[in-house]
Amino acid sequence: MDLSLNAGERAFRDEARAFVADNLPPVIRRKVLDGRPLKKDDYVAWQKILHKRGWIAPHWPVEWGGAGWTPIQQYIFEEETASAGAPPIIAFGVHMLGPVLIAYGSEAQKKRYLPRILASDDWWCQGFSEPNAGSDLASLRTRARREGDVYVLNGQKTWTTYAQYADMMFCLARTADTAKKQEGISFLLLDMKSSGVTVRPIITLDGRGEINEVFFDDVRIPVSDRVGEENRGWTYAKYLLGYERTNIAGIARSKQQLRRLKSIAAAETSNGRPLLDDRRFREKIAAVEIELMALEMTNLRVLADGRPRGELGYAPSLLKIKGTEIQQSITELLLEAAGPFALPFVPEALEEGSNVAPVGPAHAAPLAPQYFNWRKVSIFGGSNEIQKNVVAKMVLGF
Amino acid sequence: MLRDTVDRLIADTYRFEQRRVYMQSPAGFSRENWRRFADLGLLGLPFAESFGGIGGGGVEVMVLMNAFGRGLVVEPYLACVVLCGGLLRECAAMRPIADLIEGETIFALAHGERQARYALADVATTARRAAGGYVLNGRKTLVLNGDSADRLLVSARTAGGSRDRRGITLFLADRDAKGVGVRGYPTNDGMRAAEIDFDAVRVGADAVVGEVDDALPVIEKVVDQTIAALVAEASGAMTALCDLTADYLKTRQQFGRPIGSFQALQHRFVEMLLASEQAKSMAYLAATAWDSNDAASRARAVSAAKAEIGRGGRFVGQQAVQLHGGIGMTDEYSVGHYFKRLTMIDALFGNADHHLARFADMIAAETAAAQ
Repeated sequence: MDLSLNAGERAFRDEARAFVADNLPPVIRRKVLDGRPLKKDDYVAWQKILHKRGWIAPHWPVEWGGAGWTPIQQYIFEEETASAGAPPIIAFGVHMLGPVLIAYGSEAQKKRYLPRILASDDWWCQGFSEPNAGSDLASLRTRARREGDVYVLNGQKTWTTYAQYADMMFCLARTADTAKKQEGISFLLLDMKSSGVTVRPIITLDGRGEINEVFFDDVRIPVSDRVGEENRGWTYAKYLLGYERTNIAGIARSKQQLRRLKSIAAAETSNGRPLLDDRRFREKIAAVEIELMALEMTNLRVLADGRPRGELGYAPSLLKIKGTEIQQSITELLLEAAGPFALPFVPEALEEGSNVAPVGPAHAAPLAPQYFNWRKVSIFGGSNEIQKNVVAKMVLGF
Repeated sequence: MLRDTVDRLIADTYRFEQRRVYMQSPAGFSRENWRRFADLGLLGLPFAESFGGIGGGGVEVMVLMNAFGRGLVVEPYLACVVLCGGLLRECAAMRPIADLIEGETIFALAHGERQARYALADVATTARRAAGGYVLNGRKTLVLNGDSADRLLVSARTAGGSRDRRGITLFLADRDAKGVGVRGYPTNDGMRAAEIDFDAVRVGADAVVGEVDDALPVIEKVVDQTIAALVAEASGAMTALCDLTADYLKTRQQFGRPIGSFQALQHRFVEMLLASEQAKSMAYLAATAWDSNDAASRARAVSAAKAEIGRGGRFVGQQAVQLHGGIGMTDEYSVGHYFKRLTMIDALFGNADHHLARFADMIAAETAAAQ
């Protein structure tokens, strides 16, 4: 198996690199590289730039606006955008709902929603988890009662990322009480401005409001906004989560964070010498880098595998587990690099246009909140414990 | 007796919602609680009776700090009583000690500097002799509770170059003295600290605390004692996290049964418990080294304890969040706050790596001496 880039791939890399250099707004780039919070407009602005070039959803079929890239090209592109400091693509529309609609949506749904996803005209959020349905997602209780040609939705979702920004939500709701609880769930699309939708922010450990609770009180959804068949939503959700997991390894981002870690460790001093001179700390960086090298090769092996996503066996789960472990190790080392300057909590200093100075070195200010926030990655998208269950079941059979 | 007193105090005054109210006050803690501490004799705990205290030592401080760790107490007991009180006690500064115990005067130690990281000898702030006293110039960072203190203990160079062991002297200055600039801010664990600038601050000759040029051994000893207290606090926080996690594992239902019935989670919980028990043992070890004037054996115990709870506390915090899932990530639930405090305890007074290196250096010195 040859995993090195051929001439065409190298030319593509140069093209992607030049495009990002010419088009990524410097203000956004600086925020990403410094680890400062992005606004909704920052994400949307970058996504619209990519859309204009036809590169927002390269993995989609060409007929629906995809780029027709090979998996290796997609990988190169992720690498180039992350290392240049581009914001991550918000996954809900492009990576999660899009592929589901392409596979299972009606023609009307595809025509209506896919162009708006590509253009970032709609910001989507995901309504899966509920207070009593986390790892055991299939036990969800939000109910959609059929009344003629509408569903009437009642219940509650939680941990809904960026619901406060969202125009639309795709959600799972119970449409039948069946012995096997996975069989009574439908996959619905709803307008967040509908009457009866209430969003309540949840403040997280980093002091920010990224996630929300969403309440439904007699929310009316046209039956035409159900994806696929009634009571078959679990199948579509599983398809979607399979897609999500191949993106969640976050290798390109981890490589960029590793570079950030090294530059901070070179700038921090201890006893008058750079922290990077401290053998113990340097070896800890080396250990993570080696793990990341191995995972990158694992990811390339998976990409080189001709089978479609969704038929890759346990590989997506392994990528999720190891990818998030590495991400968390890096955020932990960044926190350690800050030393005592992990202490100050001065979020105002990170805001755009703020005249509040950070306490201590500017690079230290975002590191503790980021470390706290990043504990989420081993919890969401199917916790790492659930991923291990999935792998064990596939390999061991129980 | 002490244990009952502090347990009752925490039960009465430190429900999670009450703590939030204290944190939101301008000082970041409750002066009323502070007066209660004074009334209960807690502010005089680590002082001999000849100083007006009640003659407690390392073990008594451990008992108290363990309870404070379980309650996530935000009052500046560590910064004021253990740290500043310890320095004043070692230097026999009778009058300030009396003020401290009485509870009306709060002290903070302005020692750390931007370039120093965890090196206690790295002091660049200067104290120049002038008519009738000294003039202080320099910038201090991460002064715990520095914005609510009435008086500041300031370390400054009266001789030697930056990072020399000799030449550091301690001074007392009023926080609102001319030339003292204070910028207070919250810390990630819900407490407060300050950046403090000294711009030609004049103090009298009587402002010197302890020996001129020779404050470092005292600072080292008291920082070791402060670390011992922090280890006890960390142990209390880890116990609380194990309790909360055990409750959650027993009550949270997924897949039709309590999640604590899944073996993978059971084993993870047992690893948390193990780390928590190791921390409790290290708190005892550090507490018994508290009064030791043998700097080497005291440092050995304290660094071992801090390295152990730094790693263990991080593990317990991370796993408590993981086993709670999303709810562990929220500001409205206590688990995340224990996790954050444990994270910051590791970052204070030398993290796990720092103390591991300090311990390793001692091994080298001991082995060389034995041969």
